[in-house]
Amino acid sequence: MTPVHPPRSSFAPALDAHLVVDRGDFVLDVELQTPLGVTALLGPNGSGKTTALTALAGLTPLTRGHVDRGPARWSGDGVHLAPERRGVGLVLAEPMLFPHLTLLDNVAFGPRSRGMPRAAARDRAREELARVGLEQLARRRPGEVSSGQAQRAALARALATDPELLLLDEPLSALDPDTRTRTRADLARRLRDYPGVTVLTSHDPLDALTLADQLVFLEAGRVTQTGTPADVVARPRTAYVASLVGLNLLSGTLVRERCVTSVAGTTDVTHRSRTSVDEGWTVRLAGSSLVLAEPPAGAGPGEQVWATVNPEAVALFTARPTTSARNLWQLRVDSVTVTGQRARVHLGGGVDLVAEVTLGAVAALGITRGQQLWAAVKATEIHTYPA
Amino acid sequence: MAPSSSWSLRVAAGIGLTFILLPLAALLLRVDWPDLGTHLAAPVVGQSLRLSAVTTSATMVLVWLLGTPLAWQLARSDHRLTAWARALVTVPLVLPPVVGGVALLMAWGRRGVLGGPLEAWFGITVPFTTVAVVMAELFVALPFYVVAVEGSMRGLDRRYDQVAATLGAGPLRTFFTVVVPMVLPGIAAGSALAWARALGEFGATITFAGSFPGRTQTAPLGVYAALEQDPQAAIALSVVMLAVSVVVLGVLRTRWLR
Repeated sequence: MTPVHPPRSSFAPALDAHLVVDRGDFVLDVELQTPLGVTALLGPNGSGKTTALTALAGLTPLTRGHVDRGPARWSGDGVHLAPERRGVGLVLAEPMLFPHLTLLDNVAFGPRSRGMPRAAARDRAREELARVGLEQLARRRPGEVSSGQAQRAALARALATDPELLLLDEPLSALDPDTRTRTRADLARRLRDYPGVTVLTSHDPLDALTLADQLVFLEAGRVTQTGTPADVVARPRTAYVASLVGLNLLSGTLVRERCVTSVAGTTDVTHRSRTSVDEGWTVRLAGSSLVLAEPPAGAGPGEQVWATVNPEAVALFTARPTTSARNLWQLRVDSVTVTGQRARVHLGGGVDLVAEVTLGAVAALGITRGQQLWAAVKATEIHTYPA
Repeated sequence: MAPSSSWSLRVAAGIGLTFILLPLAALLLRVDWPDLGTHLAAPVVGQSLRLSAVTTSATMVLVWLLGTPLAWQLARSDHRLTAWARALVTVPLVLPPVVGGVALLMAWGRRGVLGGPLEAWFGITVPFTTVAVVMAELFVALPFYVVAVEGSMRGLDRRYDQVAATLGAGPLRTFFTVVVPMVLPGIAAGSALAWARALGEFGATITFAGSFPGRTQTAPLGVYAALEQDPQAAIALSVVMLAVSVVVLGVLRTRWLR
């Protein structure tokens, strides 16, 4: 009955999984190879994040594929280890502490279930509670502690069994903003001491960027992008990822073409003498094009590239401006959203762009939905990379 | 006056209430209070109450042992036959108890489907024994318990089972350490309903077990038997059962049926 735990060492192979869950109207097909450390699964609602976690835990049977944790096979080739035989810890959005047990007995539940004597299990539970700062509340029932404390107790409970794989399903999403910030810090601190593999799901980029070493994006049951947080922030590859990290993402064909360049920073190329015609790089989009300052590394003419534009680098004008910016479009305002002192202006017609401006600018320009505006982006503000 | 109340509604409500209270009041009026002690000392009273206590206790043990796992299976199984099982379990709720008694005879009677071989091979006779009383009570009481407990269990968030599983608790341990403690209010309410039903059981018992004093004559059968020979004993016994019912209802009300 005791689960087989491979010896823990710094060389322990980590998680290798291919999860295929076919529900008829929804198919999850995800390959995950993760090192020790924290991997975040991100994606919109319904993308399959939770299904992937429950499949790793053994709570959802695989239609196909496998789950290997180190040398131990948990699923695949006719093997299906029951959840209680795997070394997994599970923390959900709600703490799901057993309401009839004290925090101490909740945390001791795992060690007890795995055959540890009562006193030893309670000692272990006390230790785990102390590591999340809850030793004073060990005698309380779940109904008598705050939501943040309950979630920390749930984390302690999951870690009290020394799981090989820790699964966190939207662990902070049910908390109010203040509690979330504090609990995120507690979680990050506790995860640093945890030597196993952690897979967490979230739709909050902040969770992923602050907690995870590796990000895996899921959309409609498939992996659409993986990478380190720094890589993903700099080089999103899907519209969802781009919107999550707050960038405009455009895709097109890289072309090298002759274009007119003003040399002295002048603004009207037709009436000045010091202009030159030279070779330049542009990205041909559907119905428009982007002038680049320099070509992307690793891509040649005719190849597909991604281009990102920081919304703050998009300048807006009510009339055709005199500007040195090499990219200028007349666009339609589709919508305006406000966060704090900043407004995001969603533009369409020719190019889909989001511009981020101050509330003052919205007022000064009198921006309303349906209005035509001029949008300018400097060539140096466009970052490109191979698709 | 409440806006929804008119004199005609209040008259109808009053008649309904009177119809329920009048017989209870009449029963209390007819009690020979000064000599209640001697009437309670009549052999039929003590004998039948003792038998009821024994048989309903045995019934409740069986209800817990069989009903709790049954309720859990019905609550958590996704099998397509579960819906049928759930419907069939509730049949004794609506079945006339006499029909239940006849059905039990067909199964366990000396020529019954199971009773025949049992008699032929082991010499065991079930009908018209105390065991038959317990079986009749179980048949009518178990559905009450299962329906109540299954309701609480189905309301239990499945994520509790899932978390317990990841913590290393197998299905049996989860059942005993998580599920049962969390649905205790439902178990208590179901138990009270089942016990009251078992205590009042008459039709199935008299059909399947008969009315033999000291062996199969439970309190309700005792009341019925005594009504002609010793009406005051029947009344005394009825008052005891009325008091027990009121106490059970009171406990239920204050603790679980708010």
